This record gives sequence, C-alpha cells and structure tokens, in this order.
Amino acid sequence: MKMKSLMLGLLMSVSAVATVQAADLQIVLGDTGTGLQFLQGQVERYMAANPEDKVTIVPMPSSTSDQFGQYKLWLAAGNTDIDVYTTDVIWAPQLADHLTDLTEATKDIIGGYFPAIVESQTANGKLVALPSFTDAPALYYRKDLLEKYGKSVPKTWDELAATAKEIQDGERAAGNKDMWGFVWQGNAYEGLTCDALEWVKSSGGGQIVEPDGTISINNEKAAAAIDRAKGWVGTISPEGVLAYGEEESRGVWQLGNAVFMRNWPYAYGLGNGADSAVKDKFDVTTLPVGAEGDAPAATLGGWNLAVSKYSPDQDAAIRLVKFLSSPEEQKLRAIEQTNLPTLVATYDDPDVAAKAPIIPLWKDVFLNAVPRPSGPTGLKYNEVSSLFWSAVHDTLSGNGTGAENLELLEAKLTELKGDAW
Amino acid sequence: MTAEATAGTVVRTQPQIKSELMKSRVAAAMWFLVPMLVALAIVAGWPLLRTIYFSLTNTSLNDLYGGDFVGFKNYLSWTTLKSGRTVFSGLLVDPAWWNAVGNTLRFAVISVTLETVIGMIVALVLNAEFKGRGIVRAAILIPWAIPTIVSAKMWSWMLNDQFGIINDLFLSLGIISQKVAWTATADTAMTAVLIVDIWKTTPFMALLILAGLQMVPKDVYEAAKIDGVHPVKVFFKVTLPLVRPAVMVAVIFRLLDAMRIFDLIYVLTPNSKATKTMSVISRENLFDFDKFAYGSAQSTLLFLMIAVMTGLYIWLGKVRFDGGDR
Amino acid sequence: MTMDLWAITKRVAFYALVLFIVVVAVFPFYYAILTSFKSGTDLFRVSYWPTSFSLDNYVAVLNVGDFPRNVLNSIFVASVTVLLALFLAVTASFALSRVRFRGRGLILMTILGVSMFPQIAVLAGLFEVIRFLGIYNTPWALIFSYTIFTLPFTVWVLTTFMRDLPIEIEEAAIVDGATPWVIITRVFMPLMWPALVTTGLLAFIGAWNEFLFALTFTSSNATRTVPVAIALLSGGTQHEIPWGAIMAASVIVTVPLVILVLVFQRKIISGLTAGGVKG
Repeated sequence: MKMKSLMLGLLMSVSAVATVQAADLQIVLGDTGTGLQFLQGQVERYMAANPEDKVTIVPMPSSTSDQFGQYKLWLAAGNTDIDVYTTDVIWAPQLADHLTDLTEATKDIIGGYFPAIVESQTANGKLVALPSFTDAPALYYRKDLLEKYGKSVPKTWDELAATAKEIQDGERAAGNKDMWGFVWQGNAYEGLTCDALEWVKSSGGGQIVEPDGTISINNEKAAAAIDRAKGWVGTISPEGVLAYGEEESRGVWQLGNAVFMRNWPYAYGLGNGADSAVKDKFDVTTLPVGAEGDAPAATLGGWNLAVSKYSPDQDAAIRLVKFLSSPEEQKLRAIEQTNLPTLVATYDDPDVAAKAPIIPLWKDVFLNAVPRPSGPTGLKYNEVSSLFWSAVHDTLSGNGTGAENLELLEAKLTELKGDAW
Repeated sequence: MTAEATAGTVVRTQPQIKSELMKSRVAAAMWFLVPMLVALAIVAGWPLLRTIYFSLTNTSLNDLYGGDFVGFKNYLSWTTLKSGRTVFSGLLVDPAWWNAVGNTLRFAVISVTLETVIGMIVALVLNAEFKGRGIVRAAILIPWAIPTIVSAKMWSWMLNDQFGIINDLFLSLGIISQKVAWTATADTAMTAVLIVDIWKTTPFMALLILAGLQMVPKDVYEAAKIDGVHPVKVFFKVTLPLVRPAVMVAVIFRLLDAMRIFDLIYVLTPNSKATKTMSVISRENLFDFDKFAYGSAQSTLLFLMIAVMTGLYIWLGKVRFDGGDR
Repeated sequence: MTMDLWAITKRVAFYALVLFIVVVAVFPFYYAILTSFKSGTDLFRVSYWPTSFSLDNYVAVLNVGDFPRNVLNSIFVASVTVLLALFLAVTASFALSRVRFRGRGLILMTILGVSMFPQIAVLAGLFEVIRFLGIYNTPWALIFSYTIFTLPFTVWVLTTFMRDLPIEIEEAAIVDGATPWVIITRVFMPLMWPALVTTGLLAFIGAWNEFLFALTFTSSNATRTVPVAIALLSGGTQHEIPWGAIMAASVIVTVPLVILVLVFQRKIISGLTAGGVKG
C-alpha cells in the first residue's frame, strides 16, 4: 500500500517535472447567452494559466430535460469525447455512477462551500460535482403599487392573496384590464415542483420525501397549501398560469401587468432593463409563509461541474473544474453574471456588495433554500417529481381536491419506492 | 404444313425469349435491391432488434449493458397474493399507457383525415392554371419548411393567453369573448396541437397529391370536358381513381408519422395528460425516468400497433403491392 | 350576361380561396418575421404591422457560434441524404414496380416497417452503430441515420408512381435492346420528374429539419446542423427565451427552402403533360 502510493507520488512528480500531459478537454454547457460568453472568458483565463491544455466548449440547448436525456445517453454509452459536464443541482444522484469522485481532489477547498450545497452533490458518499453557482427564487413585488394602496409587503400567502386581489381590482377599475395579482409557474413541469414545494414547505407540510426517505407528502398542511394555490387560479392569477413557465410569468410581469411574481434572480436584471415597464418600480423579498411562525422556503437551484469517469484526461479535467469554481472565478461570476456564489466568503466580499448589491440581498433568500428530494429518491427522482407536479397540476385544474390527489400520490410514491428508493 | 410448323416454332420460342428476358430482369432487380436493403439493415435493423431486446430485459439507462432477461414482464406480469387475489402489473394494464394510446389514435385519425381533405383541396387549386401559381406553390410549402422545433415554439408564442396574437385576433374578430389559455386547459390543448399539426403538414399532403394529379394525362380531362361532364362528377369518377395510389401512399406515411408524433407535442404541451402520446410517454420512460426497458417495451408495442394498423389499412384500402402484370 | 356574371363570381371565389390558403399558410411566418425585428419588452406586445425595424437579431444569430457553418453543414447533409436516397430508391423502385418476382409485397412491407418505430426508441441502438462505424460527430453520422426516414418514403412513393407508367413505353425500349439501367435513366427518369422532385424536396426538408439525431450524433459546433443551432440560441440569461433571435434564425433557414421550391416548382408541374405519354 505504502509502496503503491509512493510509486504513484513518484510518477506524479515525474510527470509534473516533465511537461504536464497535454490535454484536449471538452466541456458541455447548457447555459445561455451571457452565461456562455462568461464561460468562454473563464476558459481563456484557464488556458492562459495552463497553456498545455486546450479547452473547447460544446454548447447544449437550454432545455434542461433535453440536456439530461442527452447526457444520460452519452454517459451510458461511455462517451469519451466529453470530459466535463455542467449539471443541474438535481442530477447528481442520477448520474453519479458515471462521474468521477472529487472528494480527494477537493478536500482542501471543500470547507469553504455551503455545506447544504455540497450535501446535494454528494451521492453514496462520493462528491460527484463541484458547485459552480446556486440559485433560489424570491417574491418580486411592485413597490409603487403597494405604496399607492398603502399596503405592506405580505408575510403570509393569505396576505399576499388579499393584497393582490385588492390592487388588481383597483387597477382594473382604473383602466388596466390586463392587470393580475400574482404570476408564477403553473405548467406541469419541474418548475411546478419547485413552486409547490415552496407552498408546502413554508406551510409546515414537509418536503415531499424527507431526507431519510419517508414519504411525507400526504398531510393536511400540504393539502391545504395546494388548495390555497388552487384558489388563486382565475382570481388573482390568470387561468393561463397553468401553462406558464418562467418566461411567461416574466412576460406578464415585465409589461407591468402583475403585482407579485415568483421567479428566479434572472428576472431582476431584465426587469430593470431600459425598455421594461417595471424598471425601478419593484423589489424582491423572501417568499411568504403559510402562517405566522412558519419558516419561508425557496427551492434550491443552481449548477455544478462534474468530471466524466470516461474522460481520458482525468487530472486536467479536475484541474479545470477546480479552476472554474475557484473563489476568484466565483467572485467574477457574481459581479458580472449576478449568479449566486456557492462559497460562503464571497457573499461578504466588499467588491461584490459594491458592484452587485443584489447578491448580499439574496443571501437571506438563499439561506431559506430547501432542496428537492433528489438525494433520497436517487435514480427515481424524475419520476417522483413528475408524479408530484401531476398531482398538483390536477388539483390546480380542479380535478380533485388537494387531499384526494395527495392521497393518490402517496400510494403511487409508495409503489414506486418499493422496498427502498 | 411448313407454314404451320414455322408458326409452331414461333409460338414455342416466344415464351422462351420472354422467360430469358424475365430472368435477366429479375437478376437486375435483385442487384438494384441489394444496396437499399443493406443500407436499411444496418441503419434500422440493429437498432430495432436492440430495442425489442431491451424491452425483454430490466435494463436501466444507468447501466446499458447490465440488464437481465426478464421475458415479458415489462408487458404483463402478475403475482398472486396470499388472499388468492391476483394483481396484474406491466404495460398492458398501465392506465397512463392506454390514455396515451387513446390520445395518439384520436390525434392520428383527426389530423390525417383533415389533412387529406384540405390537402386535396389545396392540390386541386394548385393544379389549376392561374397567374402567380409558382409563388403560391412556394408560399404553401412554408409551413412544412420551418423546422418543427421552431414552428412549435412559434405557435406556443402565438397561442399564449396573455400576449399571443391568436387570442388578440380571435377577440377582435369576435370568435371568442375572453382570452383562452389554449395550451393550459385539457379541453383546448388537443385542439391547439391539431391546429398546429394540420397547418404544418397539409403542404406535405398537398404536394404529394399534386404530384399525382400532374401524372394524370391532361387529355383525360379534355375528353371529359368535351363530353360536358360536370366537374364534380369528373373529380369523383376520373380524378380521384387516378390519383388514388398517390393519396393512399401519402396517407400511409402521414399515418405513420401521426402515430409517432413527438416533437410538436414535446414542445407545445409536454406534460399535459390530454395530449401525451405514445412516443412522448416512451421518451419520458426511456430518458427522464429510470425505466429504459419499460420505455423500450412501449416503443415496441407502438411499433406492433402501427404494423397491425398499416396492415389493416393496406388490406382494406386494397393498396396494390404487385404492380400488375409486368 | 348571366353567364359572364357566373364566370366572374367563380373567378372571384377561386382567387378568394387562393388568397385564404396563402394567408393561412404564410401568416405565422409573417408574424415570425415581424417578431424577428423586435427586441426586449416589445416582444410581449401584439402587433399586426411592423412597428420597429432592427436587424440586431439577425446580426446576433449570424455571430453566435458557427451559424454560417451550421447552414453549410445542413445544406451538405440534406443534399447528400437526398441524392443517396433518390439513387437507392429509383433503382429499388424499378425492381419493385416493374419486375415480377416473389416476395415483393414482403419487401415493401419490411421497408415500411422501418418507418413504424418511434425515432426516440432507436436512438440508443443507432448510437451504438454509429460509434461502431467510427462516424460519430461527422456529417456522415447524420447522412447515414437520415436514411432511416428518407429511404422508406422515397422507395414507396417512387414505386407507386413508377408502377402507373404505361407498359408500352418500356416494351418499346426492351425491343430496342435496352438494359434495365438504360430504361431507368433514359426512359423512366424523364417521365418521373414531378415525382422525383417532389419526393426529393420533401426528403430534403425532412433532413433539413431533423433535430433529435442531429443533437445526439454530433458534439461540436463545427458539425452541428441548423435546427440544433437554433435550439442553442439563447437569451441573455437562464430561463430567458430569445424569441427575436429564434424567429430571425428560422427566417434565415426557411428562405433557402422557399428559393429551392421556386427553382424546382416548374419541374414539379411539368412531366406528363397532354400527349407526353399516350397509353
């Protein structure tokens, strides 16, 4: 054993002394526009520091479900062409078998990351991806309208509904027929799982499947939370919200036709764009809670960097991943991209606070982040999520009450779980 | 006598020449078929057999080569409980699957029927001579020419309840009284999908039927015109029988495509129960869920259903295989 | 007089029908063009006529990644796919339609069977074949995989059309001692132009628009085709859908096809005109 590690050390040092093995790395990225540009800059900086490596970016369509299917197929077939994958926060346990364990390589730096995020990227004791940036939604509200109607920022969901209704009716009477109280993501897709998890969790209804694997979703508080959301459809939210994703809600919001919106940080910068109808008229806060005393919840999002087990250049790939998620790069990312850092220290960096004031603002939101049950459910997470959003979507569309659909959901989840997840 | 004998030899050699000719023609035909069959065997044979094999295993996409053979368990399996009650599971008793089957059949029948009728009308119009015919012909092909993933996105934009132009247009024309959330509600989702599909694939039908119409010799029409036959009668008695083979083939291919419809629905209404088709549900199992073998079973069953349907269609529609006496 | 009136009404009705067809077919495309000139919050406002005119989206599309390269890839892949499919299909359909031998029906059904499997299901198996052949991430991977949908279609359509050509023209050629190859190229092909151009065009568009295989079997910007490139267009930030750029890109990729149709449309319509072939 000792001999082996000695040899290995020797070998490593020899190769380090001699020219480092030139590596040709391919990194796939599903991120978009400026995100892609930013990565290009990062890669150039990396190549300047490591001139022996050549890195090529392979962009992917922004649909995460397209990316996921693609990566799964590539990994299943042992594709050696792709070295580094950028992965969604929920994919780690599902792709874990094909990803390199980064525990050893990152043991000296991993302490600086938020433990909750590191936990989400750990599967069967292996750290399969290094967090690059995180994401958490917030409640967007119209300062000007709340002021006009003398309302305070709502603390509970019921307050939100009441305020939304009053302002919506007032604005409609004043001539804006297209005014709505609250827009969110109600289409039957992963986004609804996020939205509904927030309603349930912030009402004390658990998080669908608890970290120990218990199916907890069938409870009164969860049912009440979903029934409450059902009450919004057609009153403070348009019927069409049942087909809305992030962009549709932002569309309504940015035309100035909504009082409240639940959305991710990306809408902040766009909402303050020059042609936006809500420029400088809104602010963000944590999402409401079910009742006084409950803790607010925001679903944890974010992207990570994983090394493929089939990459022929493991060392170089790990070097690249570590570089991309290093403190300097995260700081730059926070300033240029307003992406939430995954390193604790970056939030308190004075430069970040000065140049991207939204980041420290979001720290509160992020500290309330709740993970989707991708850890405990492992390979079956996508199906769990699909069953959950279907049950919620059914309830919102009026096919059965929350209690009925959650009871059914519990039965389906139990069957899916079998003996163990 | 001699004359008779000569006649006899002629009669005898004629079939000989013919059969030799036939032999060489058949040989040539074989050589013509080989490259195509080889191409198809490689490109389609292996993947098809692979999928059918996967459907009989418990393979996971997480470990593509580690599946065990489980027979028809993915299709149907049962366990008898202690109480003596038998519980069935598998594809054949999966309500989600049968819901998808229903959606697919409804979609296929309605869309192909409407596309054939509209396609025929468009083809007849394009077959007439009028000024600017070339431009019109190109214009009509536009819907088919736009990539599906783009036109599906385009339509989802146009069908949006708040800022979609369709609602705006229908409101101002008085067709609807309030904004409709087309893709959100179960009742309208299928209608929306049908509208987009018909818009998109009618040009395909029209063009194939038009090619058929163009192969009909013009003198047939002229003869009918001189005889003073009513145009409607000409259409049903002359045109339709002549273009029937072209229409039948066009319908077969549209039907095959419609039964396998995927990308349009995947983009427009990906998770709506009212529009989830067999291909969409099998993609979900193949790639999104950890049920690769189950998804393969769904694909195989879809294949079998289409095969039976096509067989029936060809049989009932009396589509000729033989090519007559040639 | 009444006759004239009737004729005029008929004419007006006919042109009204033509106009209706064109408007329905083109309107979404027109709307796409309108959208492609818009940007920012303007995108969310409905308008029927051009309100703003900016080529920013087009500039953006042409500068993103390798879009011009992707267009060239698409042209290459689609052209070779069509030529290959037509070559294989013309000879095969001659055999299937004009020569009598046992098992023709079976062969035709088998070919059709290839078109019965959902594309999504053959993805994994096809991926293996392509990697085995060593053509992964090359245009040949696409050309090769596209035969799975172009070949059955072209074979069937051409077989149907060839079967209906009168036997007499072929007999005349046989009497002159023509080989089957000569019969195909010299006698049938000229008569088959409408069918050839139509199937070629439809196959071209099919290959031009294919997305799933193109995404799976290539993994670099240099080998990708247009539909994938369009899917790669993205807004400034995550979740943001760049409607303007998507519309601009689809206009860019649709225009060559419209031109192609305009060039070939005479061929679609010529072929068997009166007296061309008398049975």
